[in-house]
Amino acid sequence: MRTADVVIVGGGIHGCSTALHLALRGLRPILIEKDYAGRHASGVNAGGVRQLARDLHEIPLSIASMGLWERIEELVGDDCGFESHGTVLVAETETELASFRARVEDLRLRGFTHEELIDRAELKRLVPAVADHCPGGVVSRRDGAADPFRTTQAFRRRAIEKGAEVLEGVTVTGLSKVGANWRVETSAGPIEAPKVVNAAGAWADRIAAMLGEPVPLTVVAPMLMVTSRVPAFIEPVVILRGRKLSFKQLGNGTVVIGGGHLATSNRDRNETVLDWDKLAISARTVWELFPAMRAATIVRAWAGIEAFMPDGIPVIGPSSTSEGVFHQFGFSTHGFQLGPGTGAMMAELVATGSTNTPIDGLGIERFR
Amino acid sequence: MFKRLAEAGASVAITVDGKQVAARAGDTVAAALIAAGIAHCRTTPVSGAPRAPYCLMGVCFECLVTIDGVGSRQGCLVPVRDGMAVETQTGKREAGR
Amino acid sequence: MTKASDLASSYELVVIGGGPAGLAAAALAARAGLSTVLFDENPGVGGQIYRAITSSPVKDRAVLGEDYWTGAELAVEAKASGALIVTGATVWSLDPTRLVGISIAGQARLIQADRVIVATGSLERPFPIPGWTLPGVMSAGGAQTALKAQGLVPSGRTVLAGGGPLLWLLAAQILRAGGKLDAILDTTPRVNWLRALAHLPDFVLSPYFSKGLKLLREVRAKVRVIRTDRVEAVGDDRLREVVFGTGDGERRMPADLLLLHQGVVPNVNLAIAAGVTHAWNERQLCFEPVLDGDFTSSVPGIAIAGDGAGIAGGTAAAERGRIAAIAAVRALKPAASAPDVQIIRQKLRREEMGRAFLDWLNRPADSFRQPTGDTIVCRCEEVTARQVRDTADMGCEGPNQMKAFLRCGMGPCQGRLCGLTVTELIAAQRGTTPVEVGYYRLRPPVKPITLAELASLPIAEAERKAVER
Repeated sequence: MRTADVVIVGGGIHGCSTALHLALRGLRPILIEKDYAGRHASGVNAGGVRQLARDLHEIPLSIASMGLWERIEELVGDDCGFESHGTVLVAETETELASFRARVEDLRLRGFTHEELIDRAELKRLVPAVADHCPGGVVSRRDGAADPFRTTQAFRRRAIEKGAEVLEGVTVTGLSKVGANWRVETSAGPIEAPKVVNAAGAWADRIAAMLGEPVPLTVVAPMLMVTSRVPAFIEPVVILRGRKLSFKQLGNGTVVIGGGHLATSNRDRNETVLDWDKLAISARTVWELFPAMRAATIVRAWAGIEAFMPDGIPVIGPSSTSEGVFHQFGFSTHGFQLGPGTGAMMAELVATGSTNTPIDGLGIERFR
Repeated sequence: MFKRLAEAGASVAITVDGKQVAARAGDTVAAALIAAGIAHCRTTPVSGAPRAPYCLMGVCFECLVTIDGVGSRQGCLVPVRDGMAVETQTGKREAGR
Repeated sequence: MTKASDLASSYELVVIGGGPAGLAAAALAARAGLSTVLFDENPGVGGQIYRAITSSPVKDRAVLGEDYWTGAELAVEAKASGALIVTGATVWSLDPTRLVGISIAGQARLIQADRVIVATGSLERPFPIPGWTLPGVMSAGGAQTALKAQGLVPSGRTVLAGGGPLLWLLAAQILRAGGKLDAILDTTPRVNWLRALAHLPDFVLSPYFSKGLKLLREVRAKVRVIRTDRVEAVGDDRLREVVFGTGDGERRMPADLLLLHQGVVPNVNLAIAAGVTHAWNERQLCFEPVLDGDFTSSVPGIAIAGDGAGIAGGTAAAERGRIAAIAAVRALKPAASAPDVQIIRQKLRREEMGRAFLDWLNRPADSFRQPTGDTIVCRCEEVTARQVRDTADMGCEGPNQMKAFLRCGMGPCQGRLCGLTVTELIAAQRGTTPVEVGYYRLRPPVKPITLAELASLPIAEAERKAVER
């Protein structure tokens, strides 16, 4: 019988980060991944490392995570392609800008200063290529972007170096309590551990269901597309609110275009089918916002499967039914930046029973 | 590198980087470049190495050129037309930073 | 010229590719009454084997040979059948719901098909030798295309290297057109005869036998043929010389043009992107789709005919196209009259007879498929064999992870010229098999489209669907 201090289900950035942070605390985790680490959303997302425009409940975690991103090489032994040129939320109308102003003022009253309102001139300075109709926006200057697959792999690699075991191509088939331990049935045999972390992403509801803890998770696959290399013309990540768009140029010159239009997905077959009508909407948005991009060629489009919660924020914290089990899923298309910090927080929670990072309002009990 | 058989079609005038090149009806842009003896049609965005058409059947993407202002077109799939302006992509069009 | 806006929003049958398989399929289906459209990205139909069949400036029929001219009939039949034939039309997406993304002259459309026949044929197997990216090095297929479509014949010092029927055919065609060849470097391992011999009796009975012998004799009479197990293209900004040899021996030959060929493999990009299951063919050393007797794939309603279904040559391709088309007619219009499929299957079997011998005989050597050192594997992103091998040693298990590490296969050609090499290198380095390693997961667009083209998809349709969801 294989045993561990903690069994982590799911080898996305969250599972890998939690595995690393548990190992750093001297615990011996086993991570189980049904495909390979970073196969789904964690490996193929847009790579935005963004504190900007987050739900209030997530802000403390996001800020904690940002601190880890800024010393990512020290943490995982790889710079993960992380570059910090800020994220800019562009307002397309004065009305939109007014609503952004209200949000930034509200955040300040709450003590958060990472979001900063910018006028037309500062917007043009940060994003010279943006179309002239945009009156301003919001910037979070410490934000940036990283290479998602490389990051997830770096966490996995460092976790293994620090003593974690990673089992890939292995599926979980059952969970039951045996004495003080959880017995995790897998396709590679049973594993017993006192603690279990459910970081199974789009499949996490199935793990929760094994605990009699149904959760309203939707499987989504946000689409992305990438262009061939074009001359460098934009540094920050640009996002919109009114229309769906995220837009960023990588160091190699390619431009990644996303924003949350969804593919059709089938999680049982690891399959996504792109919706070109919606990608055409993204193309038209880029056409209007960045006229310089019109002749760029799209070389690839894809979608990664992940979980979306009804309120658009993740499920983080102890199980409401099963002592020793913790949830860390449902990041609702914006979990990549949260990976490092949530892993650290979760390791603290699992190891000590409490955490200094506020996670109020993120618990699974909100769906009861 | 290549010569034309006598039977080749009527002449078509195109420009390559502003210079007149005599192409023939039935040429693709890539074939016209080869027939004109143009050594390479682009440099790569990665190392700047020169490249010339390789497969002439739409597979290799080595013959990417700018045609009438539209960049990165597969020259081997586009028939020449009188007055067509072709530009070689020498490291500028797709340059990384 | 058909424009994107002239197309209907749906067809009973969409045929992708206008080579022998596509032409034969479209002709049969349209005659049986299916609303049929055929798309081909080239300026004219014919595919690669019958390239420029309706427009070739090469009027002396002996140059390209009678086998080439048989393609004319297929083109005539397809045109007369009532199928809509659209050239200059690039299919950039096909999904499991049989929605076809197409672009014509900068305008994109999505077309719904009841059935799809993918007839995208083959492409030349990657031939990654040192210097193969130099201007002056081309694929033999490329030179043949230039000859068929534009009447261009190599001039200056020309060397052919590699093996396989097409290499010898091209040599003969160049010679007949009045071209001169300085040498043919035959890279086919002699040891291949051992595996091939068992299949000799079938080959002797096949149509390839007498044609093949005649061709070899014709070429050998006029050109030096040198056996070699090493070929290198050397030059600075362009090819200057070809270095080759066997064992320790090394020879150098000044050259202006080096033409490479070591067989053809199925063009799998569109089929893989559509979700079709593929399997490794160990005899032909390539991935090919898993198909039933009617060439239907693992995705309902999508068939794959021609060399895209597995390499068997142009005549077989046409028969395969007909079989796939009959299945489409049976499914959509059971009452319609169609030719007797059994007769076609018999013809196909005859065509496929000599294949095993040819495959074993011409199987390229490991060293020409699994390069080492600084030889470029991925031409687009300039990734070398050493980088791929080192990354595999570091623990990278598959081509998709390799993409993420090295960007190989992520340039505009989307792995067409490196996919098999990367798979084989990973397998070799990790002591496993291509079956285990698998191939690139390919994503649409299978051909790059401009942002402007994508934005040109009809707007009302897009917005209607956005509201519905």
